[in-house]
Amino acid sequence: MTAQFYVPPEQLIKDRAEFARKGIQRGRPIVVMEYSGGILLIGENSSRSLHKIGEIYDRVAFAAVGRFNEFETLRVAGIRYADVKGFAYARADVTGKGLANAYSQSLGQIFTHEIKPYEVEVIVAELAEGDNHIYHIRFDGTLRDEHGFAVIGGDEAVIRERMVEAYQPDLELGAAMAMATTAIAESSEEDISDDAWEAAALDESLGRRKFRRLDLEEVSAAV
Amino acid sequence: MIGDPLSLGTLSSSEIVPESSFLALLERSGLQPKWPIEHGADLAVPQATTVLALRWENGVAMAGDRRATAGNVIAHQRVKKVYRADEFSAVAISGTAGMALELTKLFQTELEHYEKIEDVRLSLDGKANYLARMVRSNLPLAVQGLAVVPLLSGYDESDRTGKLYSFDVVGGRYEEQNYATTGSGGSEAKAFLKGAWRPDLDEAEVLHIAIEALVAAAEEDSATGGPDPKRGIYPNVATVTADGFREIPDEEIAPVVDHVLENRP
Repeated sequence: MTAQFYVPPEQLIKDRAEFARKGIQRGRPIVVMEYSGGILLIGENSSRSLHKIGEIYDRVAFAAVGRFNEFETLRVAGIRYADVKGFAYARADVTGKGLANAYSQSLGQIFTHEIKPYEVEVIVAELAEGDNHIYHIRFDGTLRDEHGFAVIGGDEAVIRERMVEAYQPDLELGAAMAMATTAIAESSEEDISDDAWEAAALDESLGRRKFRRLDLEEVSAAV
Repeated sequence: MIGDPLSLGTLSSSEIVPESSFLALLERSGLQPKWPIEHGADLAVPQATTVLALRWENGVAMAGDRRATAGNVIAHQRVKKVYRADEFSAVAISGTAGMALELTKLFQTELEHYEKIEDVRLSLDGKANYLARMVRSNLPLAVQGLAVVPLLSGYDESDRTGKLYSFDVVGGRYEEQNYATTGSGGSEAKAFLKGAWRPDLDEAEVLHIAIEALVAAAEEDSATGGPDPKRGIYPNVATVTADGFREIPDEEIAPVVDHVLENRP
């Protein structure tokens, strides 16, 4: 019989958290913020096709940083969760809160039970007239309801500091994009080229499906 | 397990159905629509009747009357039979109404589910094949008299043209050239369209012809409901063009209906 080494739980959790945090820090940051006509999701991404921001349901969007295969699994699972719920009940019954909770439960479970934790951080944004929500879910399942804006990945603390200074509600979309990209660019050691942004919005002015991707021209005009 | 964070189906690559399929997901969780009917059931459930689709210069148009019948009873006066499937396609239903409505909802969710997961819409041919498969899976019930026969039309984004598809109960899928009809008044509507259809119809003309075809069908077929301006019952009409799906509101349909009814021989 092989003897098991005793590892104190404090140490185990610390090691796992450090491991996940390192992976996430390497990921390019994403800023999610409210603007006058909805919620903006924007981040650095040199790929045109491997998205970090996606549509989940009518009023719910997803953004993540970290390992692509891991957050892609979460994105697809989120779409499945939302579509099944909306099909079984009604479209209005799919909420950002329900999805954020499900992600939080899964990530928490994976953090303590699997061989390695997910190296991801996720934002669930929900547009609801006058009562928008931005949920921030960490690798260990910690769930936070953010106000106005949220930052994930990269040098999170530095970007957050700049956003706190500059953020004001009710900016126009262009101004919001300029602010978020400036905050990200200032925290980055390398120059970010104008075509290396991925951006999308939950846009109040749209019909049932509020999610739309912003094309490069729209982004570079604002940046 | 890791691949299944929200306990809604695994991401196994060994599956025969693609992982982006919503129906496959429902089947795994036992939520797919089922109508477990013993052999020999003889149900008088509402049947949706005449629908039609036709091409015009910018794309396609679809129209349906509003009546559902159960035997000789008019079950519903305001059934909607023409639906948006996704931004570039529309589906119209005939046959057992309750099942057809559920299949339509499933079809709509399937298209959106695929689009969100794959970040691209299914091709129009892909949509038609998928719908054919859904109709085919319903064959055992069709044999017992609970058939669902849809029409699909859409704007093909790659070919930049409108296309029409009709189906039969065994899942046969037929691409139609100029117009297609189904339902109890379908043959009357088709006979009318045969004489009236031209390739260069504009939007006003196509609206007029679609409504007149339904009026013609209602005159000959008791299961097809004619427009009833007094009660505000107007046919459903929708178009699909390069600009996407558009449901024509009643306010635009009403004057056309008045004109058609006044000038009917």
